Amino acid sequence: MKTRKFVIAASMVVMGLSAALTAPTVVAQDQQYFPVLSYRTGAYGPNGTPWANGYIDYLKLVGAKGGINGVPLVHEECEMGYATDRGVECYERLKGRHGPYAAVVQPLSTGITFALTEKAPVDKIPLITAGYGRSESQDGTVFAWNFPLLGTYWVAADILVQHVGGKEGGLDKLKGKKIALVYHDSPYGKEPIALLQERAKMHGFELSLLPVAHPGVEQTATWRQIRRDQPDYVFLWGWGVMNGAALREAQAVAYPRDKMYGVWWAGAEPDVVDVGEGAKGYNALALQHGAEANSAVAQDVLATLHAKGQGTGPREEVGQVLYMRGLISAMLGVEGVKRAQERWGNKAMTGEQVRWGLENLDLTQGKLDALGFAGVMRPVRTSCTDHMGAGFARIHTWNGSKWEFTSDWYEADMNVIRPMVMTASRAYAQAQNITPRTPEQCKE
Amino acid sequence: MIYRENGQFKTSYAADQQIFPIVQDRWAVLAIIAFAVVGVPLLADEYLLRAIFIPFLILSLAALGVNLLVGYCGQITLGAGAFMAVGAYASWNFIIRIDGMPLLAAFLLGGLCAAGIGILFGIPSLRVRGLYLAVATLAAQFFIDWVFLRLGWFTNYSPSGSVSIANLHVFGWTINTPVERYFLCLMIVVVFALLAKNMVRSAIGRQWMAIRDMDVAAEVIGIRPMFAKLSAFAVSSFFLGVAGALWGFIHLSSWEPAAFSLDRSLQLLFMVIIGGLGSIMGSFLGAAFIIVLPIFLNQFLPWAGSFAGLAVSTELVSHLEFMIFGVLIIFFLIVEPHGLARLWSIGKEKLRLWPFPH
Repeated sequence: MKTRKFVIAASMVVMGLSAALTAPTVVAQDQQYFPVLSYRTGAYGPNGTPWANGYIDYLKLVGAKGGINGVPLVHEECEMGYATDRGVECYERLKGRHGPYAAVVQPLSTGITFALTEKAPVDKIPLITAGYGRSESQDGTVFAWNFPLLGTYWVAADILVQHVGGKEGGLDKLKGKKIALVYHDSPYGKEPIALLQERAKMHGFELSLLPVAHPGVEQTATWRQIRRDQPDYVFLWGWGVMNGAALREAQAVAYPRDKMYGVWWAGAEPDVVDVGEGAKGYNALALQHGAEANSAVAQDVLATLHAKGQGTGPREEVGQVLYMRGLISAMLGVEGVKRAQERWGNKAMTGEQVRWGLENLDLTQGKLDALGFAGVMRPVRTSCTDHMGAGFARIHTWNGSKWEFTSDWYEADMNVIRPMVMTASRAYAQAQNITPRTPEQCKE
Repeated sequence: MIYRENGQFKTSYAADQQIFPIVQDRWAVLAIIAFAVVGVPLLADEYLLRAIFIPFLILSLAALGVNLLVGYCGQITLGAGAFMAVGAYASWNFIIRIDGMPLLAAFLLGGLCAAGIGILFGIPSLRVRGLYLAVATLAAQFFIDWVFLRLGWFTNYSPSGSVSIANLHVFGWTINTPVERYFLCLMIVVVFALLAKNMVRSAIGRQWMAIRDMDVAAEVIGIRPMFAKLSAFAVSSFFLGVAGALWGFIHLSSWEPAAFSLDRSLQLLFMVIIGGLGSIMGSFLGAAFIIVLPIFLNQFLPWAGSFAGLAVSTELVSHLEFMIFGVLIIFFLIVEPHGLARLWSIGKEKLRLWPFPH
């Protein structure tokens, strides 16, 4: 009797399993598909959620306005919890759904970016890693399918050095100063090290590297060391719960918050709200995005989606830092599709066509203003050799209740970054047996 | 009725000592292997191969390695992920530093390096046991994580600490498509499973089991604990090293030490406990349970929700997945503390008596 029950239960599970795994996917011709990898749970969930909401809201907004030049949009989300293996599983699951028109994948994790970099050329789906991912992938002749649009961690680190140089009265005044990098001990946190070391050599400042293990709640030893060394500036390359913990520790050892600079993953509302007053004066990089609740696009989302109850997240979130980041990321993907449509006509584009679109992106200030990003973004222009398109950023500061811009736009110094990009990408090409594309091949 | 060994007479020692003495078992195993070789590549799409079958095979191999040590030799380990990391990074270094290094040789050398490190970290097992040994092997996990994070030489000074591999060849056969990757894993796993099965039936396996059941008594009857324990560590780490190399090369193609973190070690230990300690079959069942069930729940819940007319958010699915998975683990451990493999053998016993149970 018991056995029979067990056999029945087991066979039902197996049936359900096969049904779910081979669930028929609706293949609709002519709709543009955006797979969405997101993390709303786990240690990084508080930061991943506003990004995902912004990303999906923008896709909904474009859909509500008649799609991309008349082509309807469809998106499907997969929760991966910032784990590389689950992220790869999500990518494999999503990529084949909804027909052949998967436009672009935004992995939202440096670890997953590394894993997908090998798969993108095979699957013919471009990767947008706006502001993160591997810095050397700016070189599109080697990394044909990676688009670190709007900047990389090297851009971020470069601009932070320029900013603190400005504070001291010139980059040459950095000589003998001490800068500490408190970083998440993962590919993400390690990316800026190469550039900071290069800048340290150029200007003679002393760089100390202080790794923090995942997830970053335990930082007492790190900050004790900071109290002992008293560096002139602390750069915080944290993510999720690590940022709040770092600010609390800084408070505990009385390290001045206005000497702390976070990268853009360490400069949004979820990072500082819990610390509140204690985080006052803390600065972070805003890589083309910031708290812009009054921007035209945020207002548009509120009027088109939230007013009708179709918004993805809570209403207050619209216009927050990471929400705007999600909006901008989705916009870049949509604009890539539009650029491809200029060449192939107004229908759904394949990943290959979108790749060309992203490589020939030219978002002028006029176009950005028309999209509602006036004041939020600077122009972006990509090419075969430059998959980044722009290297601008501002600094914003937490005033105890909201983020405020406290600097003008900076531009990363390409004379420093470009040679490093070329060295690293050539080394990658050699290791992987990739022949960099020639200017003629680029035109295709 | 169908599953019965009556009338199957053994006339030679060889026939009596074969792996599957019952004809039906032999056929069933051959049928499973034939299905894995022919059926799976024909039926499974790219998603199933890449996201389910390949990780399942590789982690089965790793679970097999853990089972040899924990299930057969009774030495508990929390450093399984670390030995996988040693295998992966060692193979990677052999490939990039030695021109023309064959892939399979690199895997095996990676496994040997892992075996060496395994022996080193197995030395404490000669003095300490049980929970204390678990803590000692935990040291391996942290130390090896630290080595690959901090010592640039092992990652060829890659700025982000992440390494990647492309262009895999085995004897001129390019491993590129998911089906080719699947076949490579399948071949290695079948060979290693056969190896493991024979090892535990031979003198060395019997020594391990004697040590597991009572090490003082084993020593009295002439089994050298040092040899038995360290050989278990070596063989187990060798399996884990090869699995680690496969995980890095075939499944991820690009990895960082986080791929072999403490979470991985615990995951492998749970696979063995849920699958069945001291059972080759259990390693596979445990791996299937831990790999496939969360992914299945993650996809099944929104699908079931859509039937009930509910839109289930990805966030809720993810939380539910953890809850149901946890409940199922507890359920199986209460119903059958000896693991899924034991359920399997109870099923076989019942089948023998069917349709006339006592």
